[in-house]
Amino acid sequence: MRRTSGRLLRGLTLLSVLALGATACGGSDDDSSGQKAVSATDIQAALKKGGTVNVWAWEPTLKTVAADFQKKYPKVKINLVSERSGDKHYTALSNAISAGKGVPDVAQVEYFALSQYSLTKGLSDLAPYGADKLAAKYTPGPWNAVSEGDKVYGLPMDSGPMAMFYNKKVFDKYKIAVPTTWDEYVDAARKLHKADPKVYIANDAGDAGFTTSMLWQAGSRPYKVDGTKVTVNFEDAGAKKYTDTWQKLIDEKLVSPINGWTDDWYKGLGDGTIATLTTGAWMPANFVSGVPNASGDWRAAPMPQWTKGDKASAENGGSSLALPALGKNKELAYAFVEYANSGDGVQTRIKQGAFPATKAELQSTEFQNTKFDYFGGQEANKIFAESAANVASDWSYLPFQQYANSIFNDTVGKAYISGTKLAAGLKSWQDASIKYGNEQGFTVSK
Amino acid sequence: MSSTSSPVTTASQPPSAQSGQSGGSKNTPRLRTRRKHTPGRPKRSVLLTVLTGLIMLYTVVPLVWLVISATKTQEGLANSSGLWFSHDFALWDNISKTFTYHDGIFVRWLLNTLLYVGLGAGGATLLAILGGYALAKFNFPGKRAVFAVVIGAVAVPGTALAVPTFLMFSKMGLTDTPWAVIIPSLVSPFGLYLMWVFATEAIPTELMEAARIDGAGEIRTFFQVAMPLLAPGTVTVLLFTTVATWNNYFLPLIMLKDPNWYPLTLGLDSWNSQAQTIGGDVIFNLVITGSLLTIVPLIAAFLLLQKYWQSGLAAGSVKE
Repeated sequence: MRRTSGRLLRGLTLLSVLALGATACGGSDDDSSGQKAVSATDIQAALKKGGTVNVWAWEPTLKTVAADFQKKYPKVKINLVSERSGDKHYTALSNAISAGKGVPDVAQVEYFALSQYSLTKGLSDLAPYGADKLAAKYTPGPWNAVSEGDKVYGLPMDSGPMAMFYNKKVFDKYKIAVPTTWDEYVDAARKLHKADPKVYIANDAGDAGFTTSMLWQAGSRPYKVDGTKVTVNFEDAGAKKYTDTWQKLIDEKLVSPINGWTDDWYKGLGDGTIATLTTGAWMPANFVSGVPNASGDWRAAPMPQWTKGDKASAENGGSSLALPALGKNKELAYAFVEYANSGDGVQTRIKQGAFPATKAELQSTEFQNTKFDYFGGQEANKIFAESAANVASDWSYLPFQQYANSIFNDTVGKAYISGTKLAAGLKSWQDASIKYGNEQGFTVSK
Repeated sequence: MSSTSSPVTTASQPPSAQSGQSGGSKNTPRLRTRRKHTPGRPKRSVLLTVLTGLIMLYTVVPLVWLVISATKTQEGLANSSGLWFSHDFALWDNISKTFTYHDGIFVRWLLNTLLYVGLGAGGATLLAILGGYALAKFNFPGKRAVFAVVIGAVAVPGTALAVPTFLMFSKMGLTDTPWAVIIPSLVSPFGLYLMWVFATEAIPTELMEAARIDGAGEIRTFFQVAMPLLAPGTVTVLLFTTVATWNNYFLPLIMLKDPNWYPLTLGLDSWNSQAQTIGGDVIFNLVITGSLLTIVPLIAAFLLLQKYWQSGLAAGSVKE
């Protein structure tokens, strides 16, 4: 049932994305260049007048932010719908956009999915509202993800500069050094698994987000997007570095075949059978709520490097708040987004465990000196902030990344369960993505 | 029919099937008097006993797991084996948290589910009785065509129709309203078929003729003569449609956007997926406790109505 509904849902998403693409292409060409600038006075006037803003976002900290915002502007009602996340959220959003009704005024859109909506003109350009002047506030990774030339399609809500979380108790028990390079990582994986066959260095059963982030750090730039001209190529040197190393882990069965975000995964993180987790800096909040029993066992460390002494990093996950073009009450909607992601809301959200995308907060001493009880009092934000500063900002996702990610397991995923090599898996992912992109009216080549 | 009669076969197994004893109350009164082996009461079979035992394990173990897991905190869930209790007993705490989490949205979902079941399953049963009775007891042109359509409809899973239904409802502007869940639930081809077979057997045509001769109109004959005779079949269909509507996941998933109209299935799923989001509140303990609370009414309905549901199925399936 689960499986069928997943497939059907995917089909439905596809349908709606198709419809979305069709309407967008058929639509008039007057884009935001003709849009009039909205002054701060206009926004203030709208706030005084009041109204309702429908927000679809699953980010848990927004609840408090919405309440605070309503307190500050009593005439404005924020209607926050947070029950859907991930694929289900995008399906609902795409359906609403293609149906032309029920579209929320504000929607949470993850960085990887933004261009899918912006390219089909599903989102309003926020530059006329003054969003373009906020560029310097944000770290390069997230800002690069929300902006396209002089257009801004969302304000970064959080970010996921990557770090390696490791179970110190396990490493101490087997007296294994914490790896700083990926070669050391493979060594540590071997030693750990030899010392206790139940222990794996990491879990990985094929995760598109993780793989693309790893490629990002390795210097690979598989996706290049210039308007509707797109290239997909997993054959550069960076990709080779990654596949060579990761292939070893897969071949020697050193990664546990557990999917992320499942109960098995939370269990593995708790009982020491998953020894490291390389992921975004938003992870501590999930540790605290999902793995309470391992409190004190884990620490954060910089991401292992491809060359010793380097400081390369990448982003993993993170999302923005955007204004769907068909939403209403634009001024109010923008005011809320600005409040949540650039104004007072940022502090509120950090206090509840969110990881910011704003430079000022990342660099503040208060933030950097925060001690994490969960990590045995470690000042982990120092590591995360440094990672954020070292993210290369020239990465881009596909304008149909959501679809591409959905076929990851049918292509690259094979490398985890059969004799297919990781590089071959990436090649078939590349082919399938190119084929799909061309069918969607993009000009996609290798 | 065969697929649905299997639980009955298990329940009314001769006492030889040891496992049948676990649900002792499942035996109908007439089975309580033990008789020696007769053609109708075959002797013990080791193979059957073992098979029934395995099937019992297969069905009971997940339930046991659910009950045990519902007593654990999020921490206890990760720390202890699934089939035994953890040191912390948090069942009451879990239950109260389930009812109060997110301003008590669980209660709202429970009421929604009751609404969908009440109108959807209740309406489906009513329509099935009416239709089944008419098809069984009246002759009209096109009856064979109706038969073919009904049988064909039984074979089409509801999931396959969900997307076309969505597109249709979307045009009518009914999506994201309770009607989008209730209206499709009103149609139960299987229930109709069951009532049809049942009514053919349960209502002697002579009785209807007698009623007519006594001057009863068709409506009165239906309500006062046919309905009481159909009671066991009605309960069976009601149980079927109730279970189907109560557990319906895919249809509401497609139709509903507003969480305030979610049934329990969707609500629990949304809680479960919180664990898959950045910064999400991981509440597997509440998902599990909520699931337990969700199936309690169904179990109660089965236990209370099983007498009808057994005799109802049996009466419909045996030709005299």
